[in-house]
Amino acid sequence: MRSHHRRAAQGVAALFILAAATALGQGSPVDEIAKYRAALQDGNPAELWEARGEDMWKQARGPKKASLERCDLGLGPGVVKGAYSELPKYFADADRVQDLETRLVWCMVTQQGYTEADAKKNPFGAGNDKKADMEALVAYVTSESRGIRMNVPQSHPKEQEAYRIGEKIFYYRGGPHDFGCATCHGDDGKRIRLQDLPNLTKVDGARKAYTTWPAYRVSQGELRSFQWRLNDCFRQQRFPELEFASDASIALTMFLARNANGAEFDAPAIKR
Amino acid sequence: MADPMKIRANVVGDTTEVKVLMSHEMETGQRKDAQGKTIPAWHIQTVNATWNGKTVLSAQWGPAVAKNPFLSFKFKGGAKGDKVQITWTDTRGDTRTDEATIG
Amino acid sequence: MHTRYLLSVMTAIVVTGCAGGAATPPSATDAGIAAKAEAMLKASFKARGQAGLDRLDQDETQRVCSALANKPPPREIAEKIERANLAMIKWPADGKLLGDWKNGEKIAQEGRGKQYSDDPAGPVGANCYACHQIAPQEVSYGTIGPSLYRFAKVRGYGPEIQKYAYGKVFNSDAYAACTTMPRFGHNGILTEQQMKDVVALLMDPESPVNK
Repeated sequence: MRSHHRRAAQGVAALFILAAATALGQGSPVDEIAKYRAALQDGNPAELWEARGEDMWKQARGPKKASLERCDLGLGPGVVKGAYSELPKYFADADRVQDLETRLVWCMVTQQGYTEADAKKNPFGAGNDKKADMEALVAYVTSESRGIRMNVPQSHPKEQEAYRIGEKIFYYRGGPHDFGCATCHGDDGKRIRLQDLPNLTKVDGARKAYTTWPAYRVSQGELRSFQWRLNDCFRQQRFPELEFASDASIALTMFLARNANGAEFDAPAIKR
Repeated sequence: MADPMKIRANVVGDTTEVKVLMSHEMETGQRKDAQGKTIPAWHIQTVNATWNGKTVLSAQWGPAVAKNPFLSFKFKGGAKGDKVQITWTDTRGDTRTDEATIG
Repeated sequence: MHTRYLLSVMTAIVVTGCAGGAATPPSATDAGIAAKAEAMLKASFKARGQAGLDRLDQDETQRVCSALANKPPPREIAEKIERANLAMIKWPADGKLLGDWKNGEKIAQEGRGKQYSDDPAGPVGANCYACHQIAPQEVSYGTIGPSLYRFAKVRGYGPEIQKYAYGKVFNSDAYAACTTMPRFGHNGILTEQQMKDVVALLMDPESPVNK
């Protein structure tokens, strides 16, 4: 009776909406998001961060009034081109595995005279009035690896250990929601709401995901780095806060970066 | 002073295409902060582009333009080596002018 | 007791992982790496807002499921986890399992709650739509979990299904060991009334889910 009519009306409404959507040339919601992303490719605001980062790299700064042009990112002092494609890696002078941000902190401390606390403070920007130097430097350095194949080393025992520890952290479930990275990123073809989730346990998913960070996040209005991505994932996992350039962040980055080996680096990118 | 713009200008045949990336908050004036207070508007109001001193584009922008706006336009004329200059002014009275050479 | 069962189960996994071969330095074994990872994790986080470092302490279910690293648990391990979690479910004292489906929909839509960026006095939801299709009107749904559209229509409206729905929301591991679904009641995310409202969203004949 009434419910039958309502169901019939709903059926008609659904058909109408589908017809209208097809007439407008609209695909599924996920397809439309892909179209939106394609339209954003031109004029990526990340270039503004890249330009600022390049200036910062060359500028004499800190108590020692030195530039970062002698900073060794793994390919020799001052060599920026291709450096990100081989990070994280073991550095003999620090006797530990370091990712890009940790290495930048290292150079800021040893060459520019900043304290470690100063180098690490305010790592993530929040508007024009609260810019993060680190994000600009990351944008510049990563832009110099664009088009280069990921080639993260696994020869040093500490590199191998960092990978294995990173893998354990990836599967570590905790907090009130029992979440771990694998909860969202351990399966093929899944999405959270309408956001497709890369399967980071497989080479294909790891490659697609890792090679597109850092990225200008339109919703944030900021250039966001991989350190930021990890930090924000853990926040949403209901964990306490992941410390910037911490050991766990390096190990996890090692796990994901090495899984992406062989893929062409394609960042700074632009995302929703 | 606001961050510099990134300007690219290329001539193809008799048309020059200009692409500009501007660094600006573009606050609409409709958002509210965590305490419920309206965040005041702060956005670009006028954009002017010149080619060898002659105006080729003049625009009035409002709050609908996105943060860190990207502007792309074409004009008839232009040759390699010519100068293209972009100027914006905003609601606070700030202004920024940057120049690029047509490639 | 269920804890002893799970401890022996965990030992079994670890021993199997290190089977055979010459003496390996402790850090290189799977158990060694796991211990290092846990220590590194705890040293790399700081308390913030309502999220304290205690959130990194794992209970037995989390520990066993983490060690499995996404592989489905073998039958006897799964049964032990499910039995242990089922025993921990707290059923409503008044015996009523159905609340208000309209409120259930709000709870399903609400993505806030328990993050360090959330106001501890603010709304707490279950964020069901992050992973599930539920009411047909909502097209922005995730696919981490199965569709719940027509939940009761398909399974029936009786007390047994009501109990299953409530139990699943309270503690999903009681029915599917190492599930990706949070244990909303067991871990104190939702209140009893909120869980009843979510059950109503799935079970009420008037809910859009069953229309």
